[in-house]
Amino acid sequence: MTSGSPAITVRGLVKSFGDVQALAGVDLDVTRGTVLGLLGPNGAGKTTFVRVLTTLLRADGGTASVLGLDVVEDAAELRQQIGLAGQYAAVDENLTGLENLVMVGRLYGMSRRRATARGGELLMDFDLEEAARRPVKTYSGGMRRRLDLAAALVAKPPVLFLDEPTTGLDPRSRLAMWEVIEGLVSEGTTVLLTTQYLEEADRLADMIAVIDHGIVIAEGTSDELKDRVGGERLEVTLEDGASFEDAVRALSPMAEDLPSCEGGLVTMNVRQRHGTIVEAVRRLSDAGVDVEDLSLRRPTLDDVFLTLTGHAAEELAAEEDADREAVA
Amino acid sequence: MTRLLSDTLVIAERNLIRLPRAPELLLAFTVQPIMFLLLFRYVFGGAISTPGLPYVEFLIPGIIVQNIAFGGFVTALGLNEDLHKGLIDRFRSLPMARPAVLAGRTFSDVVTNSLSVVILLVTGVIIGFSFNADVFHVIAGILLLLLFGYAFSWVFAFVGLIASTPESANSVAFIAIFPLTFISSAFVPVASMPAPLQAFARINPFTITVNAMRSLWLGLPAGNYVWGSIAWAIGITAVFAPLAVSRYRKHVGS
Repeated sequence: MTSGSPAITVRGLVKSFGDVQALAGVDLDVTRGTVLGLLGPNGAGKTTFVRVLTTLLRADGGTASVLGLDVVEDAAELRQQIGLAGQYAAVDENLTGLENLVMVGRLYGMSRRRATARGGELLMDFDLEEAARRPVKTYSGGMRRRLDLAAALVAKPPVLFLDEPTTGLDPRSRLAMWEVIEGLVSEGTTVLLTTQYLEEADRLADMIAVIDHGIVIAEGTSDELKDRVGGERLEVTLEDGASFEDAVRALSPMAEDLPSCEGGLVTMNVRQRHGTIVEAVRRLSDAGVDVEDLSLRRPTLDDVFLTLTGHAAEELAAEEDADREAVA
Repeated sequence: MTRLLSDTLVIAERNLIRLPRAPELLLAFTVQPIMFLLLFRYVFGGAISTPGLPYVEFLIPGIIVQNIAFGGFVTALGLNEDLHKGLIDRFRSLPMARPAVLAGRTFSDVVTNSLSVVILLVTGVIIGFSFNADVFHVIAGILLLLLFGYAFSWVFAFVGLIASTPESANSVAFIAIFPLTFISSAFVPVASMPAPLQAFARINPFTITVNAMRSLWLGLPAGNYVWGSIAWAIGITAVFAPLAVSRYRKHVGS
């Protein structure tokens, strides 16, 4: 197969849990050797999607294949080709880091010796060497996630599924995790990554698919998506007593849309980042408007959602519980 | 088939190496049965009359059978925990033999059950128990115990898979099995019970197995107890192993 052929192909995937439709007809391709970021809020269907592709869950309809192997028909062969690391860090707390990796290696069919050697190698790569012989229950959250990811890599699978690999991690551990994932990608592994963070998809993914209510509502590179969201957002906090009308009139020529005013805050989309702040300050000062604070903000997941779906991401949080329960 | 065997052993080994690191589980295997043994021997024993047999001889087979039936609670707790912590998902995403998770679980119970039989036997001998049997019968008795314990491991596997939390797995199993072990010949002669309880006690698998153990280890009349006990063990396994396996498949969604 050529490097351009898809590693993952999904057509019309459907899955319901009782009344909750977790997947409502997902179509998706992931090109070999690339990272696809599946971006969506809690309850959008991301975990269900990963569970179907890793053979943990059977879909109600549609087809999915990984490296040409069907998730139902060729499940046994498919499992040889994939690694899965999830948001729950599925490692045994009472085993040491090394024992966990050796166990997984042997369940991939390796001899004890080979599994031990491979485990040692991974612990070194993931900066867990010193903790290798300590029970996992003594590990920090970041260390557990790294071990979980290491477990997914024991058999050097060509396709990797990472289900929210950094959810719940502190910023420092998140950064360390990103570096590890970037390292993998440079070695040619195909990765399907789910995330709630645009920043994460932005940094790691070649292509981003936005999923909501079980369907892919937008797909493209991170730049393409941000263009649809409207690029940079300028936020101006006015001094008490300053005139909204004057501020809006002064800034309007720079705005892409109608500036919105709320409290003492004027918000608007702007065309470009470069020189925007200087120009805004000049215009406001010429108009005699007193400003307390002024900032440029990159689009967030909430912005993407608001733009693409017309509803905010948090509204969906309640549905996640239903999804979780049905999955558990 | 060799894959199933090796995967089962990997899972069993994992269950066993983690055991000493969970001190509360280890206590349940060692201190708790010894405590029960001493309580019955020295506190209740004096008030229970067992014609033709010193109470300590009467008690040891009974308490060992009770204990081995509970050995599988580690399976209930362990499976429930694995389900909720996502380890079952990890296992299922690996190219391993599917039944190995349950088979490895119940197999590691056989090892821990052997350990608790040894602990109880040694303690029993120290407080006055002695065999009235040849080596062959002693070993046959131990094998029967392990078979009986294995059957209950499948009951616990099923309970562990249907329970919502490890705690509830524990209490469901306890409420279901604990009274059964007392309405039997394990601790008191069945003849001392009211008639309706006697009727129940006589068909209770615990009575049959305890009597089988007394015939093998103490030379008491064997009747059909040994075969009866084997039949119960096979019957319980035949019902609960498929139940556990189908629940496992259903629970994890394939």
